[in-house]
Amino acid sequence: MSALAGTGVLTRLALRRDRLRLPLWVVGLAALFASIGNSISDLYDSDAARLENAQVRADNVVTRAFTGPAPGSSSGALTVSEGLVFTCVLVALMNILLVVRHTRQNEELGRAELVGSASVGRHAGLTAALLLAGLANAALIVLSTLALLGMGMPAGGSVLAGVALGTVGMAFAGLTSIGAQLTESARTATGLGGLVLATMFLLRAAGDAFGDTASDKVTVNPAWPSWISPLGWGQQLRPYGESRLWPVALLLACFAVSVLVAVQLSVHRDVGTGMLPARRGAARARSSLLKPLGLVWRLQRGLLLGWIVGIAVFGAVFGGIGDQVEDLFSSEESAQFVRDLGGGGDLVDAYFAGMMGLLSVVVAGFTVQALIRLRSDEENGPTEAVLATAVSRTHWVLAHTVIALLGTALVLAALGLSTGLAYGAVSDDLTGALGDLLETTLAQLAPTAVLAGFALAVFGLLPRGAATVTWAAFAVCLVIGQFGTLLDLPDALIDVSPFTHLPDLPAESLTTAPMLVMSALAAALAAVGVAGFRRRSLALGG
Amino acid sequence: MLTNVPSPGGDPGIAISIRDLVKTFGDTTALDSLRLTARSGEVHGFLGPNGAGKSTTIRVLLGLLRKDSGQATLLGGDPWNDAVELHRRLAYVPGDVNLWPNLTGGEAIDLLGSLRGGLSDTRRRELLEKFSLDPSKKMRTYSKGNRQKVALVAAFSSDVDLYILDEPTSGLDPLMEAVFQECVQELRQAGKTILLSSHILAEVEKLCDRVSIIREGRTVESGTLSELRHLTRTSLKVETETPPADLQSLSGVHKLVVEGHQAEFEADTARLAEIHRHLASLGVRSLTSAPPTLEELFLRHYGDQSAAEPAETVVGAR
Repeated sequence: MSALAGTGVLTRLALRRDRLRLPLWVVGLAALFASIGNSISDLYDSDAARLENAQVRADNVVTRAFTGPAPGSSSGALTVSEGLVFTCVLVALMNILLVVRHTRQNEELGRAELVGSASVGRHAGLTAALLLAGLANAALIVLSTLALLGMGMPAGGSVLAGVALGTVGMAFAGLTSIGAQLTESARTATGLGGLVLATMFLLRAAGDAFGDTASDKVTVNPAWPSWISPLGWGQQLRPYGESRLWPVALLLACFAVSVLVAVQLSVHRDVGTGMLPARRGAARARSSLLKPLGLVWRLQRGLLLGWIVGIAVFGAVFGGIGDQVEDLFSSEESAQFVRDLGGGGDLVDAYFAGMMGLLSVVVAGFTVQALIRLRSDEENGPTEAVLATAVSRTHWVLAHTVIALLGTALVLAALGLSTGLAYGAVSDDLTGALGDLLETTLAQLAPTAVLAGFALAVFGLLPRGAATVTWAAFAVCLVIGQFGTLLDLPDALIDVSPFTHLPDLPAESLTTAPMLVMSALAAALAAVGVAGFRRRSLALGG
Repeated sequence: MLTNVPSPGGDPGIAISIRDLVKTFGDTTALDSLRLTARSGEVHGFLGPNGAGKSTTIRVLLGLLRKDSGQATLLGGDPWNDAVELHRRLAYVPGDVNLWPNLTGGEAIDLLGSLRGGLSDTRRRELLEKFSLDPSKKMRTYSKGNRQKVALVAAFSSDVDLYILDEPTSGLDPLMEAVFQECVQELRQAGKTILLSSHILAEVEKLCDRVSIIREGRTVESGTLSELRHLTRTSLKVETETPPADLQSLSGVHKLVVEGHQAEFEADTARLAEIHRHLASLGVRSLTSAPPTLEELFLRHYGDQSAAEPAETVVGAR
């Protein structure tokens, strides 16, 4: 079939380009999932403890929404509840980035045009990207199964858990191949993928939250939204529990249909263009654009808006169930779970402290994303053009930092505001709820600033590795925030994340000392970054 | 316009002065004792094959890359320490224009002009017209040539002392190249200094007062065009009444092929007068000559990469 001519060569090329990146992803994901399993086995070491925990997971709406219920009460089943959805989200992310990198990015940068002029078929590029995704996901299935088997988990469930990870990955590889046909820029295609992923997560979360707990008080039959989300399908394989294989058919069908749609779309467009037409814009710049601060604002405002809307939805959901917290966490175990997460005292306060703490770390994802732009623009050209004008390096970095922190404050405020409004509405104490929750979320600006300072320091001192190191630091904070207390990680490790050094607001009260220390640390790190950047040559791409 | 710039170079007649500039990237030596002097008010051609170090030199001059050793002076200031002050007085067109894909061309022009210290609206309008560029399209939809035009319009709309242009016509069609040359001529008449990096010899021959030629990070020639022409050879084809067998004995004659009354050879341009006198004594029936081109000089330096390192020739250090 001539439309596929050259697929082999392109696949080898893609493998060569990703020879380091993909193995790291695959090994990292398998190791993450296995380490969650390991901690769970250590933590719940008797049948009674496991059953109790499984019941808490089914009983607790927030856990159900966040991680999903357990498909049974074995160690493996608890591992699935704790880590499957979370790992699936990361697997989906790997597939989104992979497919965009090997399809739309090649087109945007003009590589596809050059390659397409050789004897390469029309669909070879997409096919090569999907083959690579297939290889990565297959490797993930094998590795994660082996890792789980190595920990002494039952064979059937281990295979099924691996299959869940890999096939969810394939479904997202397929969905992304559609997105890559729609937009002209790789950045937008990745953003579109992220949006779909977030929507699928929310659907799955809603499905589990509104599901019916079965008579065993452990398993939950999800409501319909779970059934339109690939993340829901993967979860419904129920490894170490009922062990169903048929949802795999849904995932593979999703992949197949998506690819067919993508192929149809690609036949109807030209190389380099998207299905969504590029719009014209202003012939003159507004005066607000003409300063570095205005420029950076313009570059980041789309991203910021997306974050504000997304986080406001989450906040409204968590705030809206705030008045039911006492009922939702009625058992002593589940109440203890909340207090572990969010500090002692009033259960409602502990609940909000825990939830807002977790979400604030997620918000730092915006901060990192915004600051990484410094590095990508340096690599791709715009920074060279700016620094060849009368803009100093300090000015340029500060403009990015101000917008990143201002944006973070806005996202945190949106989180506090939406949670506070929703909770205020259901609890009839609007002013109290708003004040408390705004203080809670805005206080998170201090630890986020430390992470931002770290990002700047890495940018100044280690430009080539800046993106990787900064995202890794964010991932560490996220894992510690999500699992730190739960998994009894050593204190020394937990202390690494700046987010663990804030009092559990609103359960505890705000103290100035940690805020001051964190602000000073953030400023010092940022100063190191600026000094490093002023001293070094631009690290240009190519 | 600017008074507080320290002027270690001292000489206000010199816009760019580079001595023994060295820049390495890891194991690779990009610039190796490079020298370059551009006088104020001249169009200085900066020639070299791809990868010779032209862009690296320019980025050092712009304070974007840090030099390892050597001296570089730009408009009397230090390119690294005085970057911001100096950049108010210059405009730069990169070889590969990659700006923000979601800004329009018009916005990018205004932005770059403004960050540099302002641009002339009249000039901007004229240039958009001349280059026939639609400013309301997003950068990501422009072709390479059109992206190049955006940077050119932004640079030429700014009233500055020095224009640094790094292979500015790559991607432009011949019509637009002519417009570009017109713009450079205008700037020269206005007394501006222009550093024009290029590997298009015809363009350099047309525009430049003086040129520096570099290879593998070293300067191999520099001087005015006529001085450099002097170093080149003229191809001659001649038919004489007396067979020109004794041409061999003249100095400055190379690659001589004699066939009866006809001879073909290359002559050192510096020796042309002498050779002409000799030919006249043989009785010239016909004579064709091809003028020396920079191309020839270029090929002599770069054509045979396996040849030993060329002896450095510097002329015109008046």
